[in-house]
Amino acid sequence: MVSGKPGAHAGAIRKSRNILMTATAIGLASVLAAAGPAQAEDEQVKIGFVTFLSGGAAGPFGVPARNAAELMIEAVNAGSLPAPYDSAGLAGKQIDALFVDENSKQKNADYQKLVEKDEVDMVLGYISSSSCKAIAPEAEKAQKLTILFDCGTPQIFEEIVTDPKYTFRTGAHATMDNVAAARYLVDTGAKTGSYAGINQNYAFGQDSWRDFSAAMSQVAADAEIATEQFPKIYAGQYGSEISALLTAKPDVVHSSFWGGDMEAFVIQGSTRGIFERAKVVLTTGETAMHRLGTQMPDGTVIGARGPHGDLAPESELNSWFRKAYFDRFGTLPTYPSYKMAQALLGVKAAADKAGSTDQDAVIGALRGLEWEGPSGKVSMALANGHQAIQGTAYGTYKYDKDAGKAVLVDVVRYGAECVNPPAGMNSIDWINSGFEGAKCD
Amino acid sequence: MTKSFDKTEWGLLLALPVLICLTFVLPAWVVNYIHVSLGTGLVALGVMIQMRAGLVSFGQGLYFCVGGYTAGLAGKFLGISDLFALLVLGLVASVAISFVLGFLLRRYREIFFAMLSLAVSMILFGLLSSTEELGSTDGFNLPQATYLGWAPEGDLGETVLYAATCVVTILLAFGLNRILRSPLGYINEAIRENELRVEYLGTSARQAVHITYVIAAAVSATGGVLWALALGHVDPEMTNWTTSGQFVFVSILAGVGNIAAPLIGTFILEIVRVYAVEISPNTWQMILGTLMLLTIVFLPRGLWSLTETARKKAGSNGSAQVVAGE
Repeated sequence: MVSGKPGAHAGAIRKSRNILMTATAIGLASVLAAAGPAQAEDEQVKIGFVTFLSGGAAGPFGVPARNAAELMIEAVNAGSLPAPYDSAGLAGKQIDALFVDENSKQKNADYQKLVEKDEVDMVLGYISSSSCKAIAPEAEKAQKLTILFDCGTPQIFEEIVTDPKYTFRTGAHATMDNVAAARYLVDTGAKTGSYAGINQNYAFGQDSWRDFSAAMSQVAADAEIATEQFPKIYAGQYGSEISALLTAKPDVVHSSFWGGDMEAFVIQGSTRGIFERAKVVLTTGETAMHRLGTQMPDGTVIGARGPHGDLAPESELNSWFRKAYFDRFGTLPTYPSYKMAQALLGVKAAADKAGSTDQDAVIGALRGLEWEGPSGKVSMALANGHQAIQGTAYGTYKYDKDAGKAVLVDVVRYGAECVNPPAGMNSIDWINSGFEGAKCD
Repeated sequence: MTKSFDKTEWGLLLALPVLICLTFVLPAWVVNYIHVSLGTGLVALGVMIQMRAGLVSFGQGLYFCVGGYTAGLAGKFLGISDLFALLVLGLVASVAISFVLGFLLRRYREIFFAMLSLAVSMILFGLLSSTEELGSTDGFNLPQATYLGWAPEGDLGETVLYAATCVVTILLAFGLNRILRSPLGYINEAIRENELRVEYLGTSARQAVHITYVIAAAVSATGGVLWALALGHVDPEMTNWTTSGQFVFVSILAGVGNIAAPLIGTFILEIVRVYAVEISPNTWQMILGTLMLLTIVFLPRGLWSLTETARKKAGSNGSAQVVAGE
């Protein structure tokens, strides 16, 4: 560098400048090109979709949700859905979709950009409860219709936004999964002398265990907690926790593990016999049942965070959805796909009912709305018509050797009002009060 | 006094009114990105002043998070929403923690310093993620900021918070520039070059590193307070290694040539990310990665070195031969 080859050095600088400039030019050109086809705005309704497109939650949740969104948007635009959704578009307007990665540090700034720069008519998305907590107040501030489709924390309308005007959630919150799991064990006559939990040490895992153990002390009063294990999320290795479960000898093992962690637990736990010695309840087991096939032990209790996937009741819409999804993506839709489809159909039902995609009209129609999703009836019953409730179901896993595929037997369905708190009541208070006002058949 | 202002300081003083006026000129979403970039930019500044001493902190998210959570906890449990009080609390917490940790960290250099700072930040991540009372991984929300009893709401509230963020950021950048020009700043550069000689010359390298570490922590925590107030939400992701990695990423991308580089670099990176997501939502990381690679290959001293080559070219009247051979 001192005296060596001065010309080369200057040349390198010039070259690097040129490359950078070219890169910038290409970047700018593509931005401008992307901004091009913005005509015919009046006939379109622009929706910003936010799900995980990268990171750990993309595989099990974000991408299946995005796939379902793509499928549903095409079908809605073409009007190829079964009745009553067979009219094209949202109140006649075509959907123009915009996808954003939820895996971002600046979620609120990204949200504002969607609202102000991209001028979306509504935002539909958010899988992580942390995102929802940050976005819900932002949506109220920005006065933009925002539909949360998946995140589970009951806090959204119980603590964060207590008087929502623009925020909706079209999926039931996580309390339902664990209350129904406890009820299912009792209803199917499982032995419940003692129970144990293995849940990830983060918000969803802690809340799930809290709700499940509270529900168990209501439905099976003399059941005792054998052990509670909280391994780290994404740990992948559960040798010592499985040992602890085996020594504690519980009758029931509850787990809200999801995605890769759950599959790892099933594979590691089944080889060590935990599934034979105890009744294992997997509240999100549905996403793995077809992937694991024979590796999943028979008799495992499987949930899908709602009556989704294999737990969905038979209907024309459900068969259409499963077939269309399978034909396009080569796998069956899992519950994130169902929840996305459910959210979009809710929007369609509201817009069609209002006969307009005007924000106030859609909000007015969506508040307190009831509609049929691929997994049955959804009603916006809580939080002044902004929070959905839905029935749920649990089943027991069985591998059907003749057909060569996994099936669920002993499916028990629970009505929405049996496993969800009534309006104006906090979830945990409701469980501890002995499910006050619950209507079960 | 004024004659001792250098170019950077004049630049910073000029930038303050310009930054604040931007809120009336640019669309709100851009101002919003500037706002959050100033918060995270301060943390990148903290990384950068340590880089001057040859130390790469892979755990600066620790103090970003300490700042954010201090503000959050004060709001949640003590009902404090006053910006000035929150800034002071964030400062006190970060200085106390970094002073104690500094005794350990000042003994390590290079990869050992990087790994140890990373480890400490991940301990906090683990603690916060498993604390149900603090919302675990979901975190919790912060109240709207107030100013000595004045509580502006809505758009005005955001503008005031933005202006306050600008003022604090510029003041801190100004102060840090002074520190870089002070004996401590030069000792740090000497430590990077040859620590042994620094010791022979009669200065304690460890003490200098300790002081730098505490200063970096204080700046980062301030960034954390401001960022958390802008977002209205904190979660343990703030101290996850991926967040810390981004601060290092920014420092490398922007370069350590000037105090303004990490602030501007953070914003540029943010905007590039926004457009990358818009162009290709599924593979935007590839665009960022390519940019990073191009920068390292062609601008090993960061984007800021572009301004230096431009200045040299102008100064030497086009005779690149002389410049290169200096």
